[in-house]
Amino acid sequence: MSTLLAATGSLEPAARSFLSPTGAEVVFLLVGLAVLGAAVVSVTTKQLVHAALWLVVALGGLAVEFLLLTAEFIAWVQVLIYLGSVVVLVLFGLMLTRAPIGRSPDADSGNRWAALLVALAAAGTLVTLVADAFRTSWIDLTAGGGSTRATGEYLFRHWVLPFEALSVLLLAALVGAIVLSRSTSGRLPRPRAGKLRAGKPVGRPAAPAATVPSTAPTAPAQER
Amino acid sequence: MHLVYPAVLAALLFCVGVYGVLARRNVVLVLMSVELMLNAVNLNLVAFDAWLRDAVHAGQALTLFTVTVAAAEIGLGLAIVLLVFRTRRTADVDRLTLLGDPSEAAPEAAATEPEGRAA
Amino acid sequence: MNLALPLLVPALPALGAAAGLATGKKYPGLARPLAVLPVAASAVLAVVVALQLGTGQSLDAATRLTPTGGPDISLALHLDGFSVLISLLVGLVATLVQIYSTAYLKDDPRYPSYAALVSLFTAAMFLVVYSGDLIVLLVGWEIMGICSYFLIGHHWETEDARSASLKAFLVTKLGDVPFLFGIFVLGADAGSFRITDVLAAATEGRLGHPTLIALLLLGGVAGKSAQFPLHTWLPDAMAGPTPVSALIHAATMVAAGIYLVARLMPVFLLSSAALVVLAVMAAVTMIGSALCALAQDDLKRVLAYSTVGQLGYMAGALASGDRDSAVFYLVGHGVFKALLFLTAGVVIHAAHTNSISAMSRMPDLRKRVPDAYWAMGIGLVALMGLPPFTGFFSKESVLTAAEHAAHGEALTRGAGPASAVPEAAGWIVLVAACLTALLTAAYSTRLWLVAFHGRAAAAPAAGAAAAEAGAPYSPEIDEADPATAEPPAMRWPLWVLAVPTMAFGLLGLRDNWLPSLLDGGSLRPTLATTVTGTGLALAGILIAYAAWRAAGARQAAATAGTAPADPGRLLLGPVHRFAQHGFGVDRLYSALFVRPTAAAARLVTFLDREVVETYVRGAGNGANALGWLVRRAQTGNAQSYLSALLAGAVLLAVLVAVGT
Repeated sequence: MSTLLAATGSLEPAARSFLSPTGAEVVFLLVGLAVLGAAVVSVTTKQLVHAALWLVVALGGLAVEFLLLTAEFIAWVQVLIYLGSVVVLVLFGLMLTRAPIGRSPDADSGNRWAALLVALAAAGTLVTLVADAFRTSWIDLTAGGGSTRATGEYLFRHWVLPFEALSVLLLAALVGAIVLSRSTSGRLPRPRAGKLRAGKPVGRPAAPAATVPSTAPTAPAQER
Repeated sequence: MHLVYPAVLAALLFCVGVYGVLARRNVVLVLMSVELMLNAVNLNLVAFDAWLRDAVHAGQALTLFTVTVAAAEIGLGLAIVLLVFRTRRTADVDRLTLLGDPSEAAPEAAATEPEGRAA
Repeated sequence: MNLALPLLVPALPALGAAAGLATGKKYPGLARPLAVLPVAASAVLAVVVALQLGTGQSLDAATRLTPTGGPDISLALHLDGFSVLISLLVGLVATLVQIYSTAYLKDDPRYPSYAALVSLFTAAMFLVVYSGDLIVLLVGWEIMGICSYFLIGHHWETEDARSASLKAFLVTKLGDVPFLFGIFVLGADAGSFRITDVLAAATEGRLGHPTLIALLLLGGVAGKSAQFPLHTWLPDAMAGPTPVSALIHAATMVAAGIYLVARLMPVFLLSSAALVVLAVMAAVTMIGSALCALAQDDLKRVLAYSTVGQLGYMAGALASGDRDSAVFYLVGHGVFKALLFLTAGVVIHAAHTNSISAMSRMPDLRKRVPDAYWAMGIGLVALMGLPPFTGFFSKESVLTAAEHAAHGEALTRGAGPASAVPEAAGWIVLVAACLTALLTAAYSTRLWLVAFHGRAAAAPAAGAAAAEAGAPYSPEIDEADPATAEPPAMRWPLWVLAVPTMAFGLLGLRDNWLPSLLDGGSLRPTLATTVTGTGLALAGILIAYAAWRAAGARQAAATAGTAPADPGRLLLGPVHRFAQHGFGVDRLYSALFVRPTAAAARLVTFLDREVVETYVRGAGNGANALGWLVRRAQTGNAQSYLSALLAGAVLLAVLVAVGT
């Protein structure tokens, strides 16, 4: 490993021309176009489930980009977590909120044109800024920088504490998700015997439902 | 590889995510757009990590953390969405206007409240 | 002399008033003793003070009240013949009025406050009379004004009383404004508000603006003493209870203006212009009011106009430079006019009406109120000025003063040089006084004949009189039982007053009786004026009697006409209509001042309501509209909020990038 000072990349301006791209650059550009296209379709399509599937394409393309940037471990993590779990969760969400299969004309809100304006303005600003700032920067790609071995080394040598804190965060998120998914009526205290007063019911009228907390996925199904 | 490519791709991806967040009506789609934005950030992190060749690989480490946090976020977000859907019978962002001016939101709230009770 | 005595004189009624006001509601039984006793004690003390002071003496005492940076204001006492004489009058009339009121307002629920106000008024009048400092005098002067306002409005349930009290208050205040400035100028010129210092300054010629001062003071005098331009409040003030009219609006308060001019006579003698103004004022007042009195149908209004005219007499005497005769007239008039008003109260009580034409249809009114009948006769004879009653001597003294002034040898009695009084003032007063003597006799006779000697046979029923249209309205509570028409408390004060009415004038015959108490000049009538005055009075009586007979004959010839025999209508002819309404002065003032003021008030109301309020409402509506606009933005849609947020962020980034 070189020192931090040496790790500033190449700064020679004239050495690399945009007109003579390397092979990696060509692949990156092509995959990047695919990613961008998939993302755009994902946020504009009228079919909600298709949007999730196009998201899979975009995220998968990003995994390829990570590979091209020599971050192998992150690429696999991307595939595992995003393609494997996040998209599945999203599909679950779509199903559980009874998203219509097929085209839904009201997929976009009335805010669309304002959103487009803001997005384009932000894109223009960011691209101008980034292109102006990193016009001449060059990445010297050396293989192995993001291998599983290297990742394990830096992660458990330098980032152990944040890693552990993050696991606690994950645990909290898990508990939070479970709590949120439970039926709210289940948290009401049960009426105690002897404390009941005539003519004044304690708790919600739907007493039988309150005593049996149903799980999140089954509750909408019952209602249906 | 020119740094500009990943940087510009990340910027454009981020803006596509912004559009999705602002324009989509379904909450789940909004969450998807948020994932897009997070991934744009990840791409940036990885690209700059490769460019800077950081000794401790801060960029890649942070990318891993971001992925983890994103997973947690989508789990919690979906839980909230489901809760909202259970009480309000809708997953549309622009119909959840209880934070607005009461006189404008009152009819909608009045219309949805009994349904929420029934749930 | 013990200083506590003269200080107690105004203090006792004031304390009585405070006690009466404090306890009146809880212990109504205390109201009567609290009303009568302090005033009576004050009257006795006033007599003691007068006896202790003796004749030709004066007493001055002062303590500095407050440093002002300019002339000091001091709580000063000044006693001389004038003040003790008038304090005797005030004490006598006030005591009798309080006693009279106990019967007259027996059933009035507001009697305690009424009696307290009368006591307070008495205290203020004593203060005015005894005060040796102009500012303190002004305090008493204004307290009298406010008491008068409250007492006129005693029957505030009626519109008449309310408007009359307001009118009296406003008109007298209108006079008081120049009065106040007159006092300021006087104090500034003389360097002191003490009356003795002021008079010393006047005799030494240290006053810079005597005419200005005199004219400004005359404003207040005209307001308080109901002289010509500001006289309109007094006839209306008869809406108050009759004893109040007797005390305040006949005997004492209205005389305060005359008293003030008499006290400051040397100042007025410095300005012949002011004396001429005063003479013209007096002449217009006495003739006009005598004509009005001849045309009135309301008993109390006749007496009120008569009071205005008699005050004009006093003002005329002052214009002639003779304050002795003015004060002589003031005291005599105070006694017999109080008597007349008190008898009028008895008669009105018995007749249940103010209208003398209605009284003329009551056949046995004379027999129901024999005491009042005779007492009123005595009072009216005194008013006419027939010897040997008070009015005769006081009128003679005024005529004598005017005659001397007309010949350029005014009887200033040491207050100033005789040449100070212009002859024109003397002539004006003399002519007007002679004419008024005739008219006074005429209206007195008319009043007497119409009220008590009406041909009752013509009237089918006395009760119908009350319902007659246009009859003056009497708001006072009737005592329905005719048997108690003259309760003792209302009867014997009449006789107490009748004695000085008949005999007071005789005090002026010997120089060492009454005149020695004043400036010392003679008040004895001279032959020429006696013949003139008495002759004119007799002529007036005869004319009125003849007119009454003629009117009665004409009415008898007609078929039992509704109008009673009124010599006034016959005598005045076409003038009668104007005289009945005070020659339209009220209407003139209404057109000149009241209506423009009301119009201006309406304009201000309009401006306030339509213009100023428009801005206010506009501000409110603008804020509302702005709020409505901002509310439109608060849709509750998180996406639009977020859009605005991000747009702002982008905008900031661009701005920062462009700016640097």
